Amino acid sequence: MRPLTDEETKTMFEKLSKYIGENIKLLIDRPDGTYCFRLHNDRVYYMSEKILKLATNISRDKLVSVGTCFGKVTKTQKFRLHITALDFLAPYAKFKVWVKPGSEQSFLYGNHIMKSGLGRITENTSQYQGVVVYSMSDVPLGFGVAAKTTQECRRVDPMSIVVFHQADIGEYIRSEDTLT
Amino acid sequence: MASCSIEDVLAKAERDEAEKLRSIAVNKELDLEFDPGHLLAFDKNRVDTREFKDNKGEDFLRSLARDNTQLLINEIWKLPTEKVDEVIVAKLPDSTTPLPREKPAPKPKPPTKWEQFAKLKGIQKKKKTNMVWDEVHKEWKRRWGYKRANDDTKEWLIEVPVTADPNEDQFAKRNKAKKERVARNEYNRLKNVARAQKIKVPGIGLAPTSQQSKSELAQAVNVAKISTASVGKFQEKLPKEKTSKNTGKKRKFQPLIGDFGSEKQKQLDLLKVMDSKKPRLDVTKAVNKQMREEDRESAQKSKKSFGKKGRKGNMSGKGKGKGMAGGKGKGKGKGMAGGKGPKGKGRKPNMKQGKR
Repeated sequence: MRPLTDEETKTMFEKLSKYIGENIKLLIDRPDGTYCFRLHNDRVYYMSEKILKLATNISRDKLVSVGTCFGKVTKTQKFRLHITALDFLAPYAKFKVWVKPGSEQSFLYGNHIMKSGLGRITENTSQYQGVVVYSMSDVPLGFGVAAKTTQECRRVDPMSIVVFHQADIGEYIRSEDTLT
Repeated sequence: MASCSIEDVLAKAERDEAEKLRSIAVNKELDLEFDPGHLLAFDKNRVDTREFKDNKGEDFLRSLARDNTQLLINEIWKLPTEKVDEVIVAKLPDSTTPLPREKPAPKPKPPTKWEQFAKLKGIQKKKKTNMVWDEVHKEWKRRWGYKRANDDTKEWLIEVPVTADPNEDQFAKRNKAKKERVARNEYNRLKNVARAQKIKVPGIGLAPTSQQSKSELAQAVNVAKISTASVGKFQEKLPKEKTSKNTGKKRKFQPLIGDFGSEKQKQLDLLKVMDSKKPRLDVTKAVNKQMREEDRESAQKSKKSFGKKGRKGNMSGKGKGKGMAGGKGKGKGKGMAGGKGPKGKGRKPNMKQGKR
């Protein structure tokens, strides 16, 4: 386990800011305790310092996971966000997409969201903007990338993709063993 | 007097004789074992400790050494002699005592790259015959080496392949390929030797043979820079040259539980820098906004000229989004138009705050 280097922190913040913008400050600077990011086995974990101090008592090869896993740093030093970060992305999300109940299941199986399944979308979403996907009852389902701007979404035909799937909570079952 | 002198003389002669014999004859209980090859004599006789302790043992030791050496010299005289430069030299036979090793036994050599691979794959060594039948020359030739069979560098006629450059020298090409194979074989052999003896081989780029890549050159430069007596402390830099911060292979990270406050501060600073680097003016948004404004103006103009038709036409053309904006702008525009009259374009941009 080690702290992130400057480059790794930068790539991670860039990725996170795509979804939550400048609300990253709220993750770093929290009123209810000091939380920090640590890297272990190429994965980035977010934990309080209490948990960190407890985790130092476990040897590296026996330590599986600490706190919440935000994502992993790939071999080419890129940061990949995992579904386990959803709990921290959802409350601070800037651009949201609501999905109709009919195509909720399709999204949870890993498919992209089509215009026919789109319930609502925040105004002024730009193209390729990171969005958090909610169900109509405001339950966060996952996150993705907007394929079209809000304006275009209104005009386009019902069978075209409006949100690219990146992660959904169905992954907790599908890729159970790779999530840590 | 004479008689006693004669007796004396005889006795003296006898004594001298005994002396002489004593000098070369030594009485020992057990015979010594000799190894003339090593000039070695083993004396297995018991040592009388009382004699040893009498006069501190010096005389006893000296006489013992003298006796044994005498016996050894006697043994040497028994060997065949020859005369070398007016000196009588005895020819020593081969030694019979086995001596232990002088130096430690050689360690088994580490396997070469091929041997490791063969062991991994389970490849057995196949016995090959030394001579191969060469069909062309109709005789038996070596498989490898001097005047071997199927030597492609020795052909007198080579067909130029269709895909090859007609001006290329095929004979030279084959010779060059052979030289490269030989060089590569030699290089690999040396690498095996270096691995066996754990000699450090210079890293990539430090013993250049061919074109270097940028990273190899950079590494060579860095190594050369610190190869001074002061480890590169007083070496000048080029104006725009950056010192590579990671010297060597070991990376240094921050401590795991460092100062949380400073860590937080660093991250917040990083965020601030990232924010400042992001362009204030989002180009696409600005362009879209400008386009919307132009559409609204043209809509207003057409509305003025066509009245109801123009308005309806506008709404359907731009869809809901633009229509909403148009509607909002239109409402205000109507008021403004009423207020400002023929000026039309007098709408101020601060009216359109947009939907943030």
